[in-house]
Amino acid sequence: MQFILADQGFHWSDAQFLLIGALHTLLVSVLAGGIGTCGGIVLGWLRHVSTGIRVVTTPYVDITRSIPLLIQLILVNSALSMSGNAFSTFWLSIIVLSSSMTVVTSEVVRGSLGSVPYAYIRAARSLGMGYFQTLFHISAPLALRTGLSAWIGLLLGLTRDTALVSVVGYVEFMKSAQILISRTNETLPLLLGVGLFYFVICYPVSRYSAHLQRGIAS
Amino acid sequence: MSGYTFYWSLVWDAWPELLSGVRLTIEITCLSVLFGTLLAMPLSVARQNGRGVAGKFSAAWIEVARNTPTLFQVYMMYFGVGALGINISSFASVLIALTFNNAGYLAEIFRGGLVAVPPQQLRAARSLGMSQWQAYRTVIFPQVFSHVFPAFINQAVWALLNSSLGMLIGLRELTGAANAAQSVSFRSFEFFLVTAGIYYLLAKAIEFGSRIVFRRALRT
Repeated sequence: MQFILADQGFHWSDAQFLLIGALHTLLVSVLAGGIGTCGGIVLGWLRHVSTGIRVVTTPYVDITRSIPLLIQLILVNSALSMSGNAFSTFWLSIIVLSSSMTVVTSEVVRGSLGSVPYAYIRAARSLGMGYFQTLFHISAPLALRTGLSAWIGLLLGLTRDTALVSVVGYVEFMKSAQILISRTNETLPLLLGVGLFYFVICYPVSRYSAHLQRGIAS
Repeated sequence: MSGYTFYWSLVWDAWPELLSGVRLTIEITCLSVLFGTLLAMPLSVARQNGRGVAGKFSAAWIEVARNTPTLFQVYMMYFGVGALGINISSFASVLIALTFNNAGYLAEIFRGGLVAVPPQQLRAARSLGMSQWQAYRTVIFPQVFSHVFPAFINQAVWALLNSSLGMLIGLRELTGAANAAQSVSFRSFEFFLVTAGIYYLLAKAIEFGSRIVFRRALRT
C-alpha cells in the first residue's frame, strides 16, 4: 500500500501559531524589560551613591556583560535542573533576560546620574531640599534626558535578544518560525518574515528615539 | 543542589577541543572586527553625506544590521543563503554575518565621531591638495578613532560574545566545542561554566589589549 504523507504546506492554523509566537516574544520583552528596568534603576542608583555597593556589585555587572547570553541561558538552565525544582522555560528566559537588562540599565542610570552637574545638586540642597527631594526633582529629570535614548536602545536590544531563548526551548517567534521551516521547508520566506517582524518592531522605535534625542539636544 | 556530583576531570579531558574552539573564536572575532571596521568607514561617510545611491545603500545596511537580531543574521547567512542553493560553510556564514553586523554598528559609532570632527578640517585638507581618500585616511579618521574608542572596544567585545551563535549552526567555536564535548557526558554545567570563564578572560583581554593598542596608535 502506498504511504501518503499529510499535506506539509502552509495551513491557516500556522498563522495562529506564528501569532502566538509573536505574542510570546512581545510578552518576554515587556516583562523582562519591565523587571530589568526597575532593577536597573535601583542598582544604578545604589552603584552611583555608594562606593561599597559599587565594589560589591562590580563582579556581577562585569561578568554578566562579558559572557554570551547564550551561555548564561544554558548555565541557568542546567543549574535550575540540577536544583531539582520544576520550572518553565518561560521563567528561565525571564530570569536571564531581566538579569542582563538590569545590568545594562544600571550602567546607563549610573552614567546619567553621574552626568548631572554637581553645582545643581549643591544649589538644590542649599535651598533646603532634602536628599530624596533633590533626587526626584533635580537629578532624576536631568538624568532622564541624558539616559532616555540609551535606555530605549537597550530595550530594543533586549527585544532582539529574545530570539536567543528559542535555544532553551521556549517557543517564541523565532522558534515557531523554525518549527514551521522544519515542516514546510519554506526556509527563505519564513526567515525573511522573522527578520521583517523584528525590523518592524525595532525600526520605528529607534527612529522615534533618534527624533527625541534631537529634540533634547537642541 | 540535591545530590549532584561535579565531574571537572571530564572538562580537563576535553581541554584540547576547547582550546581549538578558543582559537576559532579569536579568529572570528578578530576578522569580523577588522572587516567590519574597513566596511564601516566608507559606510559611515556615505551615511553622513546622505545623498545618492551610496547614502541609501549604507542607510539600509545600517538599519537592517541594527534592527534585526544577530541570530537572524546568522541564520540568514546559513539557512537562508543555503535555501538559494549557495552552500557556504558555517565558519564563512558566521564570519560574514558578524562582519555585516559589526559594520552596521561600527558605522553608526563612526558617524558619531565624524560629527565631532569640525567640517573645516576636511576642507583644509582638500585645499592642501589631498585627495578625498587621503584626507579621510590621514586627517579625519585618526580623530574619529580617538573620539569613539570606548564604543569601539564595546563593539569588539560584542563581536566576541556574538561569535557564540556559531554553535547554533554547527560551528565548533568555543561554545560549539563545549557543546559538542558535553554531549558525550551531558555534564553541561561543568563545561559551560568553564566556557563562561574563558569568555570572561577573552573579553577582558580585548578590553585591556585594545586600550594599549589605541594608546600606542593615538599618541602621535
